[in-house]
Parts: sequence; structure tokens; C-alpha cells
Amino acid sequence: MAREKEEGKVMAEKLKLQEVEVWDGNMAFAQAMRQAQIDVVAAYPITPSTPTVHGYAKFLSDGYIDGEFVLVESEHAAMSGCVGAAAAGGRVATATSSQGFALMIEVLYQASGMRLPIVLGLVNRALASPLNVNGDHSDMYLGRDAGWIMIDAFNAQEAYDLMLMGFKIGEDLSVRLPVIINQDGFITSHTAQNVKPLSDDTAYNFIGDYKEVNPMLDFAKPITYGAQTEEDWHFEFKARQHKALMDSSKVISDVFEEFKSLTNREYKRVESYLMDDAEVAIVALGSTVESAVQAAKDLRKNRGIKAGVVATRVIRPFPIKEVAEALKNVKAIATLDRSAPGGTMGMLFNEISAALYQSESRPVISNYIYGLGGRDMTQADIKEVYADIVKNAKAGKLVTPLQQFSGLRGPKLSFFN
Amino acid sequence: MEYKGWDQVEAGAVLPSFNDESCDIVNKKQEERNYADTNSYTASVADWRVFKPVFNKDVCIDCQNCWVFCPDTAIVSRDKAMLGIDYDHCKGCGICADVCPTNPKSLIMFFENDDNDTMLSQWPEKKKKEK
Repeated sequence: MAREKEEGKVMAEKLKLQEVEVWDGNMAFAQAMRQAQIDVVAAYPITPSTPTVHGYAKFLSDGYIDGEFVLVESEHAAMSGCVGAAAAGGRVATATSSQGFALMIEVLYQASGMRLPIVLGLVNRALASPLNVNGDHSDMYLGRDAGWIMIDAFNAQEAYDLMLMGFKIGEDLSVRLPVIINQDGFITSHTAQNVKPLSDDTAYNFIGDYKEVNPMLDFAKPITYGAQTEEDWHFEFKARQHKALMDSSKVISDVFEEFKSLTNREYKRVESYLMDDAEVAIVALGSTVESAVQAAKDLRKNRGIKAGVVATRVIRPFPIKEVAEALKNVKAIATLDRSAPGGTMGMLFNEISAALYQSESRPVISNYIYGLGGRDMTQADIKEVYADIVKNAKAGKLVTPLQQFSGLRGPKLSFFN
Repeated sequence: MEYKGWDQVEAGAVLPSFNDESCDIVNKKQEERNYADTNSYTASVADWRVFKPVFNKDVCIDCQNCWVFCPDTAIVSRDKAMLGIDYDHCKGCGICADVCPTNPKSLIMFFENDDNDTMLSQWPEKKKKEK
């Protein structure tokens, strides 16, 4: 396809996509980032998100993107470059995983504090030590207090869709916050699946042109980003930031709704599967959601167990009311956390319990730590969890340990038995 | 500066430097610029100074050395005439006194609490060249 020329400027070439493409999660990320026509990507590739960055850089070298790709010396520098470019007034994104994300942490707080709508594709991977390149949610959990909007994709299609929506959500004038789109390392990021993309024009028009707010490159209005505020000012700025994050729920729902009217693909801040008449429910994140739905269908068909699955699509701002509503009629819940909780219960257990405590319902709730470092969560493992919570549901109280490790070798490991 | 509530502060602590458009700012002297309250020019940022430079107008030759070397634009000079020190921004680093070429020096460092007029009345005499 010939390059269009407009006012002497070389425009990005367009890609003609098929109705159904076979993409892995990384390609889904890279294609969505290409269609967003980002001004600056500063990145330092790391497994398993490397092909996102590689794919994006190749699109740029081949003329499909009119933007800048900045090679940096570390992930700290990558996010710093993103902060600088976003403050300058451009659409900005990057991708990383695990240790790279950990190295970005300091700058993640800077980005959200400066209200810069950077989009970060986070391909979830375990944190060392011991070193591990496979998928778990340690990095996702590490970022949950950083003031970013956090959304989770459970497969490649969702990774594509949510990456597009991430720009529209974060850049909304009432939001102006950075956004992390998560997907599971390898299971999602490296597994080729059918993905239905939008055309380049439809995708770009859905996101819209970037709207500048306080751009540093506006020389008529010099401004300071990253000011120092002590005890007399800091609290007010952080409160305003928190309010914006809490209020972003509505914009997220609106963007999900607009995307549905465009594609007929529905997203909700809390996803419910087989929950209409469910008596027991698993709450999970990532690709495990689909595995749990598969197991629940099987248990319903072959064992008559009314099993359901709930997933917090949006992790920040945490959908406290919606998740309590989704779980209000079940008798027992298992919260599945794919991250070593470091001396307490898993994040999902804590947050789901807190959400339910604000409602009338008191289902029996327990916690499972699973899948660390990419360990498979098999159908048999998930069915064991369901068997446990069926026991809890029948007894009407906790008859299993409060926290158990699933899929672990050695003697059964559990806490608060 | 007036303290504002969380609902009034600028999102992201993004602070304007001037109250109006500043396209021609380079051609305006500081006192002509419409600085915002959030600009450090309007605030004292020298609270921690321990030593201060005292300026002796009678010895100064307006060479502008101190103005060139000051790392914090705290030397006030107009039309190449040295006017004095901006004590709201001077951190007391002493570079101005160090680079001052006159004999005796036109800028000398004193304790922050020393009285300027007293120090000026006790200014050192010209040193004789050693043969």
C-alpha cells in the first residue's frame, strides 16, 4: 500500500487485517498499540512481554506507525521516558513484565501522581528469587497501590480489546490516569488464538485523537511537573488523585459499553460466569478464569454442582459493590491468588472479604494460593477447590483450612486450619 | 499562598509559572514578569542559608563575574550594573565571593545573623601586593 502524503508529512501506512486473525497475546498488544498511533514508546524488552515491544518496533520500522520508539537502558528509564513524553503532551505507552515492572515501580507512582495517561501492557510473570520467566500474578499485585487503573485480560482477544480501551479510559478528560492492561505470561502472551480485530480506522476513531492537558511543549504556558509538596500540600494532591481513580469506574463502564455497541463484545468491571443459580463460586484472575469456567461447566453437567466463576476484570479501582453483588447469593467462595502473599492472605481473599462485609451476605470464604512461577492449574486442581467449597457450603461454615496451597508437591500446606 | 482544599488543587500538582501567556518572557526583566504564586520566584527558598554574601557597592567594578557564576540567579544586575543579592533565593554557596576579582572583595561571606551595615562598616582594607 502506498504511503499517503498529507501536507508534506509522511503518514503511517495502514495494515489490512482479516476478520479473524491468529494472534498470541503479545501480537494482540502490539497491533492495538499500532492502531492507537502512539507518539512515544520508551521500552526495555523483557520476557514474556518482549514480542509486544518487538512487534511494535517492527511495525514502526516498516512504516506502519508515525511515532518515536526510544531505546533506553533500563525499565526505570523506560517509564521515566514515558513520563517525560506524556508530560510533553503525547500519547505514550510501553510494555514490561516481572523484574522490569519492579524496576519501574518508583516511576509508576510519579506517573499517576502527575496524572499522566500512560498505557502499560503488563505481561504477568513471577518475581525472583528464585528466578522464573513464567506467568504468575506477582508483578500485577506489586503494582496495585501505585495509583494506576488496572484491568485484566484473560485471553488474546481481551488483551487486544482492553489495550485499545485502555487509551480511551486513561486519556478521558475526567480521568487522566495511567492504565495497566494485564495478561498472563506465556499462557496468554505466547498462545496463538483467534482474535477479531477492528480495522485500523475503526480502532483509531474509537480511541480518538490525543487530547493534551498541560503539555510541557506549550512554551506560552511554562509549567512545573513533579513539584515538591510537604505536609502542608501533599495530602490534598494525593486525595484528589485518589478521587479521580475512584471516579474512573464510571468512565470504564461507559467505555466498555461503547466498545460493546461497536463490536458486540461485552466487558464488565466484574465478570460473572454461570452465576445465575450458583451456590459455590471461584473468584480468580487471568487465564485461570477460563479454566475455572470450563471446570464449572463440567461439574454442572456431570456432578450437578451449581458452580460459578466471578472475576474482577478491573482490579483498580476495585469494584467493591459490584463484586459483593455478584457473590451475594452463593454459599461458599474460593478466592484464587496466583501470587505468594508474603505473610498474610491473598489479595483477592482480603478484598473480596472486605467487599462482602459491606453487604448483607456472609458466604463462607477461603483462600487458595496456586500456580506460582507458571505451575499449571489443572482441571483436577480446580475441581478439588470446588469440592472443598461444596463441603463448606453444605456445612454452612468453614470446614477446610482458611488458606491452602493448590498444586504443590510435598505434605499438604495450609494455614488457619 | 492561600491553602486550598483537595478539590481546588491542580490535578497532578502541575504548577503554572506565570499568570499569563509568556511568549515574550525572555525579553522581560524579572520585575516585569507576571509570576504565579506557585513560581519559586515568589517564594523564599533560602531558609537553610548559614552564610550569606554581603555586597559592598563602593568596591564593585560591575565586572558581572558573580552574575555569571551564581548557580541560582540570585545576583541582581541591571544594565550591567550590580544591584545586590536576592536573599530570597541565595543559598549561601559563596561562589560569588570566591570569583569576585576586586581588592578588597566586593562580596564577602558572613554569618547569616551578622548585620549587613555593621559588616560594611568593618570592610577590610586593600591588600598590598606581596613583593
